[in-house]
Amino acid sequence: MATETHGEAEAGLVFHPMDQFQVTPLFGDGTVEWFTITNVTLWMGLTVLSIVALLVFGARGRALVPTRSQSVAELAYGLVYKMVEDVTGKDGVVYFPYIMTVFMFILMANFLGLLPLAFTTTSHIAVTAVLALAVFLAVTVLGFVKNGFGFLSLFWISSAPLILRPILALIEVISYFVRPVSHSIRLAGNMMAGHAVIKVFAAFAPLVLISTGIGLVVTPLSILAITAIYALEVLVAFIQAYVFAILTCVYLRDALHPHH
Amino acid sequence: MTGDIVQMGAYIGAGLACIGMGGAALGVGNVVGNFLSGALRNPSAAGGQTATMFIGIAFAEALGIFSFLVALLLMFAV
Repeated sequence: MATETHGEAEAGLVFHPMDQFQVTPLFGDGTVEWFTITNVTLWMGLTVLSIVALLVFGARGRALVPTRSQSVAELAYGLVYKMVEDVTGKDGVVYFPYIMTVFMFILMANFLGLLPLAFTTTSHIAVTAVLALAVFLAVTVLGFVKNGFGFLSLFWISSAPLILRPILALIEVISYFVRPVSHSIRLAGNMMAGHAVIKVFAAFAPLVLISTGIGLVVTPLSILAITAIYALEVLVAFIQAYVFAILTCVYLRDALHPHH
Repeated sequence: MTGDIVQMGAYIGAGLACIGMGGAALGVGNVVGNFLSGALRNPSAAGGQTATMFIGIAFAEALGIFSFLVALLLMFAV
């Protein structure tokens, strides 16, 4: 089904809302192997470069009165630091660099994906699943290292009535293993859905070219809708990075303090 | 008539899966609405609970995203 031709052929613009998520090799037109340099590689590299530009070169001045880029860098640092401290507690601050890294990567990937003609790396479940699985594995290993088998008391809720505890334990175990799934799909789904909706309205925008009757009404409305949804997507790009980081903090808190 | 009945079923199923997104919308609205009504009664305590609100939004939204995923799988993977 993915191979059939979609799109508004009569408008002269043949594209499908999901076409923007295709992974294509940058050089040549061969098959995509694991070592092939694709547009995903390019935009991930640009993501890392933009983080370096903001946090290393932007904040290099270390001025008492910060420049614009330095204050943005300090804002991001302070936001994540306060989040880790509030959610995880004082002993979770050791893991701040990891959460800052994940947060900045997702934030920059989301923002770069909003540029026209850009590729949104975080819209692929393959990318977000790696990020979420890394968090899941790290948190599980950390929980066992810090608490030993006491980590399993996360699933055995001692404040609940005894008769309910096995049922609650089952639910807790299921919800624990669903975490990486929901953690990754939340980010990828939000990004994919938002960008697909923009493209759906973009397909309506050139309607005035083929029909001046209804097109005069539909084209301005769809351009207005693209603008509004784009503004919403800027907000969503930040909120999803924030949510990903804050959920990482929550999982980390569960690993450090499994007793409810 | 082109296509087959399996494809028709997949499209109908994808449409039905979108009902779940409405549920997620209700959930997120409920979380934020209750947060706001609590925050307006005690604005001084609201600032510290913003993170909790976002966690609640994320959990409510995850289930809607699952239905979106089901719709996508039906449209492009089945």
